[in-house]
This record gives sequence, C-alpha cells and structure tokens, in this order.
Amino acid sequence: MASVTFDHVVKRYTADVTVVKDFNVEIKDKEFMVLVGPSGCGKSTALRMLAGLESITEGAIRIGDRVVNNLPAKDRDIAMVFQSYALYPHMSVYDNMAFPLQMKKTPKAEIDRRVKDASRILGLDNFLQRKPRALSGGQRQRVALGRAIVRNPQVFLLDEPLSNLDAKLRGQTRIELQKLHRDLETTFIYVTHDQVEAMTMGDRIALMYDGVLQQVGTPGDIYDKPANLFVAGFIGSPTMNFVPVTTSNGTAKASGFSVKLPKPVGETTGVLGFRPETLTDRITDAESALEMKVDVVERLGSDQFLYGTVGGDQVTARVDPRLAVAVGDSVRLGLDTRTLHLFDAKSEKALL
Amino acid sequence: MSVAQERLSAPVAKAWYAPEQLTERISGLALHVAIIGITVAWLVPTVGLFVSSFRSLGDIQASGWWSALSPPFRFTLDNYSSVIQTNGLGTALLNSFMITIPATIIPTTIAAFAAYAFSWMRFPFRNWIFLALVGLLVVPLQVTFIPLLSMFRALGDMTGGFIGNGTFPAVWLAHTGYGLPFSIYLLSNFFRALPSDLFESAEIDGAGTLTVFFRIILPLSVPALASLVIFQFLWVWNDLLVALIYLGGTEQVAPLTVKITSLVNSLGQGYQLLTAAAFLSMIVPLIVFFSLQRFFVRGILAGSVKG
Repeated sequence: MASVTFDHVVKRYTADVTVVKDFNVEIKDKEFMVLVGPSGCGKSTALRMLAGLESITEGAIRIGDRVVNNLPAKDRDIAMVFQSYALYPHMSVYDNMAFPLQMKKTPKAEIDRRVKDASRILGLDNFLQRKPRALSGGQRQRVALGRAIVRNPQVFLLDEPLSNLDAKLRGQTRIELQKLHRDLETTFIYVTHDQVEAMTMGDRIALMYDGVLQQVGTPGDIYDKPANLFVAGFIGSPTMNFVPVTTSNGTAKASGFSVKLPKPVGETTGVLGFRPETLTDRITDAESALEMKVDVVERLGSDQFLYGTVGGDQVTARVDPRLAVAVGDSVRLGLDTRTLHLFDAKSEKALL
Repeated sequence: MSVAQERLSAPVAKAWYAPEQLTERISGLALHVAIIGITVAWLVPTVGLFVSSFRSLGDIQASGWWSALSPPFRFTLDNYSSVIQTNGLGTALLNSFMITIPATIIPTTIAAFAAYAFSWMRFPFRNWIFLALVGLLVVPLQVTFIPLLSMFRALGDMTGGFIGNGTFPAVWLAHTGYGLPFSIYLLSNFFRALPSDLFESAEIDGAGTLTVFFRIILPLSVPALASLVIFQFLWVWNDLLVALIYLGGTEQVAPLTVKITSLVNSLGQGYQLLTAAAFLSMIVPLIVFFSLQRFFVRGILAGSVKG
C-alpha cells in the first residue's frame, strides 16, 4: 500500500530516440490509475521503468517515500501481470503461484495458505495441479493475477492484461478486476490502449501520446473537458466531431453552419469539437439547427448513428433509433451548444 | 468444429471406387510403397550384419546371411564371447564409455551456461565474441593437432601426467573444445527464442540469474539439450581420429573405434568376429538415441505466453 510518484521521468534509448518525455504524475495510495494511449506512446515503457525492467534515464520514481531508481525489480515490492501472462509452462498452477514466495524463502505452510487463498478468490481451486497448457485463456489470465496476488505487493502493475481475451470474457474480467481492486485495497496501475477499459475501470486516467503526458483526471473530467485535440479525439466512441471554424463576436462559423459559443473567444481560427451525442434530432433552438446529408446509417438497436456531411465537413450524429433515415437523405439536426469544445488551430489546446 | 464436419460428411462420402477417391488411394499407396522400400533398402545391410554376427565362420562362408533366417536355425553367441574375451573388445567398450560420457557431459554443461550468457546477459562485445565463436566452426580439426599435442605435453609435465597425451582427461578436453562452438551456437539459438516475458516475470518474482537458469531455462530446454547430447555422443562415440591422435592405440585406453580398426587389419580373415564387434559399437548409440527420443517434446512452451 503506497503511492507512486513519477518525477520528471525521461526514458531515452539514443540521443534522438526519447520514448518518455518529462513524465510527471502522482498516483495516490489505493488508487486505480489507468495509463492509456495509442501504441508506441510510452505507456508501457513508463510502467516497465516503475517495475524495474527498464532503466530510468532522468528523473526519479518513488514508491511511497522511497526512490526506487536503482532498486532491483525484486526489491520494489511490486507485482506485475503481463499481457502475455508469462506463466512458467513447465510448472503447475500451484507452483506458478508459489514461485515468487519460494524466491522470498517464505515458509512452506505460509506459501500453501496464501496460494490457497488466492486460488479461492480467483476460482482456481480445481486447477491447482494442472499445467498452464491445460487451461483456457481466461484461466491462464487468472493464474497470472494469482501469482501477483500471493505476493501481497504494495503496487499492482497490469500491462494490457485483457487484450488476449475474447470480447465477452474481457467485459467480465473488467468487472472482476475492479472488484479485486476494492477487496485488495492496493494501488493498481493499469496500462491499456483501449479507451473503454480506461473509462470504465480507472479512478483516474493518465493519457499519453508520443511520450508526452497529455492529461490526468477522472474519466468524467477527461471526457467532458479534454485538454487538447488529441485527448478529445482519443476518448469517446464514435469519436468527437471536429470542424474547422473561424470565430468572431462569440460565434464560430464553419463551412455549413455557425453556432454561438457558450463563452466569448477572441477572433481566431480553430477547430470546433462536439460529441456525436450532442448532435441529435431534438431541435431545441432553431439558431443552432443544421442540415446534414447522410452517407452512412448505423443502427445499433439502442442508438442510431448517422455519418454524413454538413457543408464541407464530415460529422457524426446520434439520433433516436426509431427515426427513419435512408442514405442520401437530408436531415435537420439540433446541436446542443452547452458542451461545445474549441481548440486552437496551431497549439491544438482547448480554448473553451 | 472439424470433428463435427467429418461426422456430417461421413455418410455422404464417395465410394472408394469413385475416380477421384481411387487416384487418391493409388497415390497414397505409391507413397507408402516408396517409403517402405527405401526403409528396407537402408536396413538390409544392418540386418545382414546383425544376422551374420550370430553365425559361425563356416556358415558365413557356405551361404548368404538370409539363408540363416529359414530352418534349421544354427545361431551361436561364440563370436561375441570370443571378440569380447580374447580380442579385448570388452576393455575397448569400457574405454569408449570412459571417453564418451564425460566428453558429452562436459561440453553440454559448459555450452548451456555459455549460451545463457550469450542470449540473455548483457556484457561488452557480446555479439563479437559470439561471432568469433561461431566462426571457429570452420576451423578444420587437423590444424589443431600439433599445437594441442604440444600443449598436452606441457600440461602432462605440469600435472604429473594427469592430462598428458595418452590420458582420458586430454581427450575429454579435446572433444570439449571441438564440440563447444556448435553446442553453444545450437543452444543460444534455442535460448534466444524463449519469450523474454518469462525472464522479466521471473526477475520481478525475485529469481536471480542462477535460479532463472536452473528453474526456468533448463526445464524448458530439454528438447534442445537432448538433441545436443545425442549429437555430441554420436560424434565422440564414432570418432577415430581424435582418439587415435591423443590416446594412441595402447590396449588400456583404446576405444572401440580404434580397436575395431586394428581388428580389420589383424582379422582380415575372421570376418564373423568383425560383424559382432561392429554390432557392439552400433548398439550403444542406438540405445542412446531411442532413450533420449522421448524428450523431443513438441510445444514445450504451450500455455506460457499465448492467449
């Protein structure tokens, strides 16, 4: 049980290959922190530096009050679950879970107790004598979790632990992991490229791109107040609509429509962002209504997404699933102007 | 899935005499005939040798070995007993074991440690040293004889004759040296293919370098180690040149290969004894091969790192 601090951490492989740039984040004790970003953004490297599998080029990583930069992995009191599970294929499930304890020279009776405890929590009781090859993907994943649990570590590191599971099992395991986090009352640091996992599991999310931390906040914060264009586009599905606009007198003018901005902004060119769910068939205000030419209709049962153009810009709308729309139609839609985002054209930072 | 499909398609399968089924059957049959034919052709000399080794000289000279396979049976163990007792093949067999077993174990052990270092430890010039080592594979044995012989003479003087020319330790060392480049190369390639996640996981779990080696790498490398042991054993067992150079032909130290060569010279006429001797030298590698064969496990890594 401990907090984790990344203090101006840099990872550089060669002079011009820097994969993590000035990374600062403080993860609180018992927090479920998700590091999310597209592949190659440095999130796994950040985790591996914390685990002790990669050296730290600059800066300091602290677990609790202790700087761990030069501490070997085994002394950091952490446990890690790998994307590939990395089970020892020649050992039984029991031996896989007992291995880290054997390394610490834990007494046999204590090992037995902890392994049995963990296997009960994870529902692996009946598989303890099996080899990993005789287990399903989900069971292997649980063995990997069990191997981490038995150590009773201060910090749990999970590197994309769900990406090898099928969609249904992934949803289930997501819930189980959250339960596990609650029961163990330990700091969890979870790396993923999947924004759905990040949104559903994290107490807070740290979003990285190109080695740079973009934003840290609760899922709600990041969804409602993205700090820049990248964050806005990465979180949310379907992605946020982005329309180039010019602003003047508190109004943003796009190629096909113009809207009044909730807050006054100086004269500038920028990118207007609004999520598909704010563009609907409910027209509350005739001023912010716009005309969309529909190219693709996607019916999901609970929702209906329309993909089309407004003026010269591609946009997506979420409308009532009962609304009858055909490809090629022109529909009149209302834009909820309360949750508009505006990003600077050059810096891509949020202006609203 | 495929099982279900087979079951479904079984009742509607075409009769065996349908044209396409027939060609399939004929080509399958041809394949089997070819395989069995080649196998038999390959085995005949060995079987002939085996049968002859149980026949007396008179019989061998009177009729072909195949006639012994029909009654009246007149097999005898005399060849074996006389070759082992009077011709000293028993000692030679023992010498062969004395040479081969250490000359297999020593290089395999060293190679396993070295290969671990080359594939998973970081040290300066690692790749260059490895490259140089693999380069040694092309050095012909013969160019090493004179330097090694003079080295062993010096070593013999230093150790009071313990490692000198004509001693077993000298020939162990020689075989170790000759075997190492290939052994390290083979094992490194195998170790390198082990998933790195396993090592990282073990590192976090608190396993040190030696623990990783003994508890993870060795158990997972059993197939590679088994094949290496077979290679090295066969090569040393069948070796004549190295034994002849470093041990010489003295009765107390000469292995089977050296002994049998001398039998060919001295027993040019006693060809029934040679068959027994040859079979004795053949049977050991066969036993080694078949007993290690079960360690060639496919998919030893299954269940480790795949979903």
